[in-house]
Amino acid sequence: MSTALPHAPVELDAEGFFIHPEQWTRDMAPEIARRNGIAELTPRHWQVIDFMRDTYLTKGAAPSIRTLGRASGVPIKELYQLFPKGPAKLAAKIGGIPKPRGCI
Amino acid sequence: MPDRVVILGGGTGGTLTANRLRRQLGDSAEITVVDRDDRHIYQPGLLFVPFGLADPEEIVRCRQAQLHDGIEFRLAEVERVDTAANAVHLDDGTALPYDVLVVASGARLLPEETKGLTGPSVGESVFDFYTLAGAVQLRRALRSLRRGRLVVNMVDLPIKCPVAPLEFCFLADWYLRERDLRDDVEIVYVTPLDAAFTKPLAARRLASLLEVKQIEVETEFAAAEVDGDGGQLVSWDDRAIDFDLLVSVPLHGGAAFVDRSPGLGDEIGFVEADRSTLQARAAPNVFAIGDAADAPTSKAGSVTHFEGDTVVANICRYLAGDPLEPTFDGHTNCFVETGFHQALLIDFSYDVEPLPGRYPQPRLGPLPLLRESQFNHMAKLAFQWFYWHVLLPGHELPGVGTAFQLAGKDTSAAASERSPA
Repeated sequence: MSTALPHAPVELDAEGFFIHPEQWTRDMAPEIARRNGIAELTPRHWQVIDFMRDTYLTKGAAPSIRTLGRASGVPIKELYQLFPKGPAKLAAKIGGIPKPRGCI
Repeated sequence: MPDRVVILGGGTGGTLTANRLRRQLGDSAEITVVDRDDRHIYQPGLLFVPFGLADPEEIVRCRQAQLHDGIEFRLAEVERVDTAANAVHLDDGTALPYDVLVVASGARLLPEETKGLTGPSVGESVFDFYTLAGAVQLRRALRSLRRGRLVVNMVDLPIKCPVAPLEFCFLADWYLRERDLRDDVEIVYVTPLDAAFTKPLAARRLASLLEVKQIEVETEFAAAEVDGDGGQLVSWDDRAIDFDLLVSVPLHGGAAFVDRSPGLGDEIGFVEADRSTLQARAAPNVFAIGDAADAPTSKAGSVTHFEGDTVVANICRYLAGDPLEPTFDGHTNCFVETGFHQALLIDFSYDVEPLPGRYPQPRLGPLPLLRESQFNHMAKLAFQWFYWHVLLPGHELPGVGTAFQLAGKDTSAAASERSPA
């Protein structure tokens, strides 16, 4: 499916995750966040989003919530306050990377 | 001078790698396997212990006895690996120099990382079946279970054998029905995932099995805390699930020495390795196999077995000065016990999710994929013999190829389910 976000058409999967992370730009993030129930992205949100995206781009896989809690500098409890329900999934969606997969 | 190969871990991966290398390299290599104990557990058997379908002593053997003659076995705890100096430091103060290192130290259970999973309730209302002691305690608890809520939870991935918690639910359903207790015991499967399984087609098949067996499913539940006295499992976003008996699969991490070895592992102690060559990122003469590696596939014996081909061939290439080959394709297969003498089989790779079809021979099978069958159950039981006598000694399993194959699989199944009009 193709959805027009501000500035450029991007390709999203059925659940709204970016298929091509390179189509994402930072200025798209606040709008994706609003559509997913987060009114404003604070620096703490960005800390998580940047960590997600950097990890994905360097390692080819998005980190799990557990790794986020250990390595992003934001504890797990707060991750759930910042990104209700599913921090890893929501931060991935806002940060323009594919849906994190539990490795099975 | 012979090449010195040091293998850390005498489980599935370490043993089969040592035995295959010994056969291929003979006396041109000195092979040393290090482990901190001499008890090799057939881990797939742990699932059966709580239901009285396997006895603890049946599934444990001596590690050293599984190694071919000419392989040295060293009983010691690893302190750390110094990849810059090509040496392993043991806790007795000695250093083992190596030309090639294989990290095969598996995964470690970390119940202490979840509040309440190591408290006094353990063995009372809170159990695990990933350790022999836990499985035996759980067997007693199930025997005296008459009514209430049985909750099965995995705290988070990765875990060894990710289908095991589901299998536990299916077997518990069977066990309680056999005893006429199923109407008095609720079974609830609580998962951090958003579905019964990660791969879409298999998730749907497994979800329908859970429904048929009246097993309640609670998804996207990230367990933060266990309150054993209050009988509650609490999530990070403050949801609570009541239990009378909790079967928990704790968090997993890599071996502790990986954390103490700079550059070797990721944040949770799994060795960072190329997913296709299995060469560690830390150094060209270090390889990882099995649960110890961070390869994005299941932590499962089948994966370890298939990885064995790649690791052994690449070690030989490395020693000969030849370029490595990226041959591991993520091939995984898992038998999923579903109770009542039935099992389902799934076969997949990095690129292809589990599909219906037949295995290992296209069309002929005899094992049907993604479908319950008594054949699959029998194959799962028979596998224990093959494990000790074929897989660990490093022989080929009859008819089972290392590479994932698409032949015999129904590729239209995924496509048709994936594209709703």
